[in-house]
Amino acid sequence: MTIEKHNRRRHQTWMTRLASYILLAVLGSGMALAQATAVDAGQRLDNLEKAVKSAQMSGDNAWMLTSSALVLLMTGPGLALFYGGLVRRKNVLGTMMHSFILMATVSILWAVVGYSLSFAEGSPFIGDLRYMFLHGVGADPNPDYAGTIPQQTYMVYQLMFAIITPALISGAFAERMKFSAMLLFSTLWSLVVYFPMAHMVWGKGGFLNGALGGTFPAWDFAGGTVVHITSGVSALVCALYLGKRDGYPNASMRPHSVVLSVIGACLLWVGWFGFNAGSAVSAGALASSAFIATHFATAAAVLGWIAIEWVLAGKPSILGAASGAVAGLVAITPASGFVKPMPAILIGALAGVICYLMVSKVKKMFGYDDALDAFGVHGIGGTLGAILTGVFATKEVNDLRAGKAMGWVDGDPGQVMNQVIAVAISAGLAIVGTLVILKICDLVCGVRVSKQDETEGLDVSMHGEEGYNFEA
Amino acid sequence: MKKIEAIIQPHKLEEVKEALKEIGIEGMTVLEVRGHGRQKGHKEVYRGQEYQVDLLPKIKLEMVVASERVEEVATALAAAARSGAIGDGKIFISEVTDAIRIRNDDRGDAAL
Repeated sequence: MTIEKHNRRRHQTWMTRLASYILLAVLGSGMALAQATAVDAGQRLDNLEKAVKSAQMSGDNAWMLTSSALVLLMTGPGLALFYGGLVRRKNVLGTMMHSFILMATVSILWAVVGYSLSFAEGSPFIGDLRYMFLHGVGADPNPDYAGTIPQQTYMVYQLMFAIITPALISGAFAERMKFSAMLLFSTLWSLVVYFPMAHMVWGKGGFLNGALGGTFPAWDFAGGTVVHITSGVSALVCALYLGKRDGYPNASMRPHSVVLSVIGACLLWVGWFGFNAGSAVSAGALASSAFIATHFATAAAVLGWIAIEWVLAGKPSILGAASGAVAGLVAITPASGFVKPMPAILIGALAGVICYLMVSKVKKMFGYDDALDAFGVHGIGGTLGAILTGVFATKEVNDLRAGKAMGWVDGDPGQVMNQVIAVAISAGLAIVGTLVILKICDLVCGVRVSKQDETEGLDVSMHGEEGYNFEA
Repeated sequence: MKKIEAIIQPHKLEEVKEALKEIGIEGMTVLEVRGHGRQKGHKEVYRGQEYQVDLLPKIKLEMVVASERVEEVATALAAAARSGAIGDGKIFISEVTDAIRIRNDDRGDAAL
């Protein structure tokens, strides 16, 4: 080889080598860049998923905490005012105290054992004690009940239901029950009737739980059976056991302030959106549907009640309108997350008419002193609503059976039977439980106040206070 | 001295006060009372339960005047309180033994 050729070859080799190195460098950094971009995309998707989940939890949790507050508002001052206005002036504080004190006692009971007995998985009839003292109830969701909110939120939401249920019963024993007996009664009633009922209908593995594997799946969206039938029927038992108020039915026992009752009824109506729409346990379309059904049923119930009142009693009263509203709210409670708006209106209208007849005709016929119509409105309204839920529940609103029929309108008339079974169980548990508990309370401290205390009024005799001091 | 007690319709109070002021009577006691004479009450219905409300709200005026002025005061009062319907009310006149002004211990007519 000539020296020139050799030198040329050496130059070519050197250049090739340089080119190779440059190529390698470029390729290498290109690959590193590509890998960095791949890692980046994966990370970003991850972050995006977390953000979406967080937003969903945020929306759901905000609504559920609000709903919890709304349901508590229903008890205090909603029910306190509604009932307080209906009694005579000398008993206004005692009556409000019945609602108010339960906000305290039931809360503590719930924290200690109530939540666990209601919502821990145990037997089909009662939960075990794994959540005793709220052990394990923290920020992590409980996917059995509400996968997008902290279990603490779910727990406190359910607590508000546990508070208002015994408060409803106080309508039957108003103006004549001893305060000490009432405290003992409510505590035992929560343990013996409410917690088992809540467990059966809403707890995992509950006997009547439609969504979580019950033997007789019944639909009860927000508590027609758990809250209204149990309290309403218990109310009747209490009214019969305690006996009539002194002077009933001849003495004048006019409400001392329909003004307070109307204010209370309005607070109940608004608060009930938390009760029903909040039972969707999320801030999505189902909550909206339940909200709508609730509102329209109530409106129809008001009109139903005053229509029949106008015809039969001559004048439409605002107490009637307010009572109609409550009747409609009660009846739509089990149906709210399962029915469409038009059936909701029908349910409401029927509740208004039927509950009116209950409190104005049937009560007089049988002569029992259900002072504030807890049975007539909650017991009967709840029963009506629970049964009609079996008729009008539809997968178009709530598809809990993955495409299969939810109620009669969907093609499953048998669901009505399950509803009836649930009604029967609630009523049966309420009757037996309440009778036993009343007997116990009577033996421990006596349930009915003395005639003197009753005449003086519970405000002074039980609490040493007067509701209105006109001289002050 | 005589005491004049008048039970009148509540909505007539302002008219009566004006009429009495015009003739120089400014001291009186006003009470919110309930009662009835021949006036019928009304019916109230609460959740199907009927109540007959017979004790109707009224206003009662009390004043003590010098004996010479009784006729004048009673006539002015009745004229102002009258509407012509049942339920207008009644005026009662009784004897008063003495009157004392608390501020300065005036007695008799001087205390009125």
